[in-house]
Amino acid sequence: MIVFRYDNSFEGLLSAIFDAFSLKKWPQLILAPDEVLPLLTSEEYYVQTTEGKYSRVSLAMKKRLSKTALMQLTYVWYSELPERSLLIFNYLAKIFKATHDISHNFADLDILAIKKLAKKVSHERHYLMMFIRFNAIDNQGDKVYFATVSPRYNSLPLTIDFFQDRFADQKWAIFDTKRQYGYFYDLAQTEIITLNEQDNFLVNGSINDDFLSPSEKQFQHMWYRYCQSITIKERINPKLQRQFMPTRFWQHLPETWHDLDNI
Amino acid sequence: MKDSTIKKLEILAESAKYDVSCASSGTTRKNQNGGIGSARGWGICHSYTADGRCVSLLKIMLTNFCLYDCAYCVNRRSNDIERAAFSPKELAELTIEFYRRNYIEGLFLSSGIIKNADHTMERMIRVIKDLRTVHRFNGYIHMKTIPGASSELVYQAGLYADRLSVNLEIATEPNLKHLAPDKDHQSIYLPMRHIQQHMIENKEERQKFRHAPKFAAAGQSTQIIVGATDETDQQILQLTSKLYKRPSMKRVYYSGFVPVNSYDKRLPVVKDVPRIRENRLYQADWLLRFYHFNVDEIVNDDHQELDLDMDPKLSWAIRNPSYFPIDINRASYEKILRVPGIGVKSARLIVSARRHGRLNLDALKRIGVVLKRAQFFIICHEMHSFKLQEASADYIRLSLKEPSGLEQAQAKQAPKQLVMTL
Ligand code: SF4
Repeated sequence: MIVFRYDNSFEGLLSAIFDAFSLKKWPQLILAPDEVLPLLTSEEYYVQTTEGKYSRVSLAMKKRLSKTALMQLTYVWYSELPERSLLIFNYLAKIFKATHDISHNFADLDILAIKKLAKKVSHERHYLMMFIRFNAIDNQGDKVYFATVSPRYNSLPLTIDFFQDRFADQKWAIFDTKRQYGYFYDLAQTEIITLNEQDNFLVNGSINDDFLSPSEKQFQHMWYRYCQSITIKERINPKLQRQFMPTRFWQHLPETWHDLDNI
Repeated sequence: MKDSTIKKLEILAESAKYDVSCASSGTTRKNQNGGIGSARGWGICHSYTADGRCVSLLKIMLTNFCLYDCAYCVNRRSNDIERAAFSPKELAELTIEFYRRNYIEGLFLSSGIIKNADHTMERMIRVIKDLRTVHRFNGYIHMKTIPGASSELVYQAGLYADRLSVNLEIATEPNLKHLAPDKDHQSIYLPMRHIQQHMIENKEERQKFRHAPKFAAAGQSTQIIVGATDETDQQILQLTSKLYKRPSMKRVYYSGFVPVNSYDKRLPVVKDVPRIRENRLYQADWLLRFYHFNVDEIVNDDHQELDLDMDPKLSWAIRNPSYFPIDINRASYEKILRVPGIGVKSARLIVSARRHGRLNLDALKRIGVVLKRAQFFIICHEMHSFKLQEASADYIRLSLKEPSGLEQAQAKQAPKQLVMTL
């Protein structure tokens, strides 16, 4: 079995496509640098990532694929799943070999697999738009709306345009505690950030109460009480609630914090 | 914010919660001039209550004081509940604070009637005008129009709101008069007509002057209470279908009657909210809006009530065996759309995928067709015989009943007979 190894970047993956076509070699596996080689490997090939290769593939992609298909590939890439490399590779190989546009043939397994995984990532993105909760914090006299999240896939970058458009007149930051990076919008632009003194600022993935603006707890409390009041007791159905609002997000949702009852 | 604000918030949320409309969809607005907020075409839910309903908007009343005495409403004058009122400024500020934290998509504002319809409307308009002009808010606003409101105020409201609604509540006029002595259909249909009129005029105006302000871009909606009076599903859906023929009507909501008034002899004694019926009505509504069904196909004189055991699409299919089988590889999109087990999405996928080759059962499954249902109504590549002819209507009825009656009763033997002949 032929195995390709690449540098685990999107450009690297496109370079792998380029190499495969020029060498006429079709790998059964594509591995990142730290992944273990399977036993039955007959040949291991190292992909060099170079601009000459990936920009040509990228150009060809843009020519052959619709906007939706390109977006699906981006989403699949952000899934971070190890199998994504081979999925994207097989998909692109198929598209480039075909004589006509087959990107809508959803009876095809490779094409359907891309669509399905893209959908999952896009769901996660949507969950973030739904369930990100900003907390007003005091940052040296400056009010910043801060949110922490830990999405299943690396979907945060896919939401930045949305939040930038929506919260254009407030400073905000969203931090992915699972991947330890985030974004900060300062009323003009959005930049990638990391945190240094986290031990203090974040406690178990949530913001330390000491940093919250004085009235913040009160708004969380109001939101909690609002959600309680709007519930129709005659129709209570917690199963339905969990189905729509997965419990893994509850940590960030004040409306589910029953200890706010006693404030 | 003070403690009194929290108390008011609770009282006025309690009072607003029976309005089932929650959608924040139907319009797209980008953030303008660096203000706050935007609206997305498909709407976003931000939370779900313990009863499983989506919370998208801050659904709240400006006040729950009310002059009227509608029997089915918690806020009726004769009901002994706590009353409260927000000031317009206070409510606008609260909306913005919630919005900034990404709790909500916007505001759904309703109100009890104080003094008279127009006075109440004016106060409500103050809230949404504040939001748009003082806070430069671009998020979604839905405002409930007060029955009997004047055309001029409806117009003003539509300049700031994305959607306006007037709730019909009770489908037939005599029943409405009976339960809500202060209202009649005229007081509801008239503002509905104002909204439509202003929308049509606004459209023409915007064709001439591109920058003329938009009027209620997301159209209007209404709500019908189900189960408080004796209307049949046929009566309700016929009304719905008429309403949808009006260009401005975007959604009809159905609200299963919640017994909020146990002593009133005019109301039926009910134990549970009629959830299944409510759900069937939404499914039927869906068939009207997205599946190109005609209302008479769903309910008619021979079939006045929706089947509670199965969804209306399946029920229709079983009543119309002559329509089937549908050949998946040849039939038009419209026809495929009518097959139980095939939704709008899978119908679209089928039509686009079959250009690349004939589809077999495996492919259909992968596309997302629910074969358990669809199998009785289709033929496709590699599937020669047509199931519906072999199976009696009763058999299908039983095997597809929700919750699956046959499966539970006969355990594993039954499905064997259903194995496909390939
Ligand atoms: S007018 Fe509206 S708020 Fe007042 S009692 Fe009737 S339904 Fe309730």
